[in-house]
Amino acid sequence: MAEKAIIAENLTKQFGSFTAVNKISFEVDKGEIFGFLGANGAGKTTAMRMFCGLSRPTSGRAQVAGYDVFTQQEQIKRHIGYMSQKFSLYDDLTVRENFTLFGGIYGLKPDEIRSRFDDNCDRLSLSKNADSMVGSLPLGIKQKLAFALSVFHKPEIVFLDEPTGGVDPITRRQFWEMIYAAAEDGITVFVTTHYMDEAEYCNRVSIMVDGRIDALDTPKKLKAKFAADDMSGVFLQLARTAKRGDNS
Amino acid sequence: MNRFLKFVHKEFLHILRDKVTMLILFAMPIVMTVLFSYAVSSEVRNINTAVYAPGRDYLSSQIIEEFCAHKYFSVKRVVDSPSELKTVFDDGEISLVLVFDNNFAENAARSKAQIQILTDGTEANSAAMYANYAQGVINGFISRYNHLDESAPVVSVSVRMLYNPSGKSEYNFVPGVIGLMLLLINAMMSSVAIVREKERGTMEMLLASPLPPLQIILAKTVPYFSISSVITVMILLFARFVLGVPVAGSIMLLVSLCLIYVFLALSLGILISTLVKSQLAAMLISGMMLMIPTMLLSGMMFPIESMPAILQWISSVVPARWFIAALRKVMIQGADITLIAKELSVLVGMTAFILAAAVKKFNVRIDI
Repeated sequence: MAEKAIIAENLTKQFGSFTAVNKISFEVDKGEIFGFLGANGAGKTTAMRMFCGLSRPTSGRAQVAGYDVFTQQEQIKRHIGYMSQKFSLYDDLTVRENFTLFGGIYGLKPDEIRSRFDDNCDRLSLSKNADSMVGSLPLGIKQKLAFALSVFHKPEIVFLDEPTGGVDPITRRQFWEMIYAAAEDGITVFVTTHYMDEAEYCNRVSIMVDGRIDALDTPKKLKAKFAADDMSGVFLQLARTAKRGDNS
Repeated sequence: MNRFLKFVHKEFLHILRDKVTMLILFAMPIVMTVLFSYAVSSEVRNINTAVYAPGRDYLSSQIIEEFCAHKYFSVKRVVDSPSELKTVFDDGEISLVLVFDNNFAENAARSKAQIQILTDGTEANSAAMYANYAQGVINGFISRYNHLDESAPVVSVSVRMLYNPSGKSEYNFVPGVIGLMLLLINAMMSSVAIVREKERGTMEMLLASPLPPLQIILAKTVPYFSISSVITVMILLFARFVLGVPVAGSIMLLVSLCLIYVFLALSLGILISTLVKSQLAAMLISGMMLMIPTMLLSGMMFPIESMPAILQWISSVVPARWFIAALRKVMIQGADITLIAKELSVLVGMTAFILAAAVKKFNVRIDI
C-alpha cells in the first residue's frame, strides 16, 4: 500500500479550449480529512471525477490508492467510495435492498453484507426503518444513509461531493461525526463543501480558483497567512481574484 | 456475474414496484388490440349502399334485390346520373355503390356484363372489407344463377376503391400493435429508466463503482427484454383465441423476428438516453420520434402505398415499417424466411447502425 492516498502532479483537464483543471499538484496522506474548496465552476467536481476514474485527465499524473488514473481506473473504482452532490440512493428500494445491492456490486459476500448492515443500523439507530422504502425517510436520514453506503465496502478513500447540501445544522453536525468516525477507521476522506465552518473541521484544506490550487494548508496556518479570523475570510480573499464567471 | 444478477434483480424491483408502469405495460397492449380490432371489424352490418343502374332490367333488379334482402347491406339510395356518382360519398352516409352497365342483361347474355363496386377509400380497412362482402354476394348470386340455367350470363365484377386504390387486409392491426408496443416498451421504457438514474444522481454512483458501464446498460435491458417476450405472447394468444386472427407462419421465425426488433428498440432507447438529461425529455423524444411516426408511417394505420412519394421515402427509415411488413407476411400469409429476407436485412442493418451509434455516444458521455 502506498503511503499517500492521493498524489497529483500537474493534473490537467481540458474541454476543447477550456481548461477546467489547470496543472494541480498536491498529496493527501492516508487517514487525512482533506477539504477541497472552491467557488462554483472553479473545477472541483471535474478534479474529483478524475480521481474517481469517471473522467480521463488531459495531461499530468495522478495516483489514487496507489493506482494510476490513466491506466488503472478499474482498480481505483474498487478501492474508493463515492457520494455525489445529488442524493443517490434508490427511493423505491428499501434501506436493506440499497445496501445489499451496493454491497453486491462491490463484491461483498452475503453474510458480510448482513453483519455490516446490522452494524450500520445500530450506529445510525435505524433498525426499525431497515425495511422501509428510502423514499419515505426524511432528507437528513437519507443523507446519512448515503454516506454510510459510500463507506459500506470499507474503501481506502471516500470522495464526498458537497455531501451536506440542503441539510439542517444538527444533521450536518452528526454527518461530520460520521466523517470523523470513518477517518478513525483509517479511511481517507476527500470532501468538497460550500460551508466554510465545515472547512475548519478538515485536517488540511485546498482552495481552487479558476482551475488552479491557490492555497493549501491546515485551516490554522491559512488563517494566519491571510490574516483572517475564519475560513470565510481566507476564501473571500482568494475567490475575489477569480476571473471566471460563476457558471463557467 | 453475481454483481450483474444483483443489478438485474434491482431493475426488476424498480419495474414491479411501479404500479402505473406495470398497468401500462400489460393493459395497454390488450386495450390497443381490442381498440384496433373493433375499429376494423365491428361495422360489418348495415353497410349503407347506393345503386346506379342506368338501364334497369330483370337481371340487375334481381341482384339489387339480393342486396336489399342481405343482412349486411341496406340499400339506401338510387343514383340517377353519372355526375351524382362523383358526390355520392360526400355526406358520409353511403359506404358502397354498385354500378351496373347499360343494357346489363343483354351484355350478360354475351358474357360482357360488368358490375363495378365503388367504395370510400378514406376508411381503407373497412372499405376493403365491404367490397369483399359485396363481391361475395354477387358471386353467390351468379353461381346460383348458373346452376339454374346452363346458358348462364357471365358477369364480371370489378372493385374500385375511391381515394385509396389499394385495399388492405383486415388483419393488419395485430402486427401493427405488436410493432408499436415492442418499440415503445423497449425504446421508451429503457431510455426513461437510464435517464432516471442520471436525473437522480445514482448513475454517477454506479459509474464510480466497479460495475463496467456496458454491464449497467445491459442489466437495464434484461427486464424489458423478458417483459417484451411476455407481451408478444400475450398479444398473439389474444389475437389468435379472442379475435380469431390466424397465426399461419412458423413460430420460430416469428420469435426470431420479434427478438431482432426488440434488440433494435433497446438500442434506440440507449441512444435516446445518451442524448437527453431528463426523463421528460426522454419521454417527449420517444413520443415524437418513435410513437407518432410509427403510428402514422409504418403502415400500421394507413397503407404506405397510398402515401405521397415523399412520405413513402420518409417511412422507409421507420423501423416499424419493415418489422410490421415482415410480421404480416409471416403471421398472416405464412411466409418463410426467403420472403422476408429484404425486411430482415433492413432491420439487422438498422440495428447494427443504431447500436454502434449508441455505444459510441455512451462511452463519450462517461468520459466527460
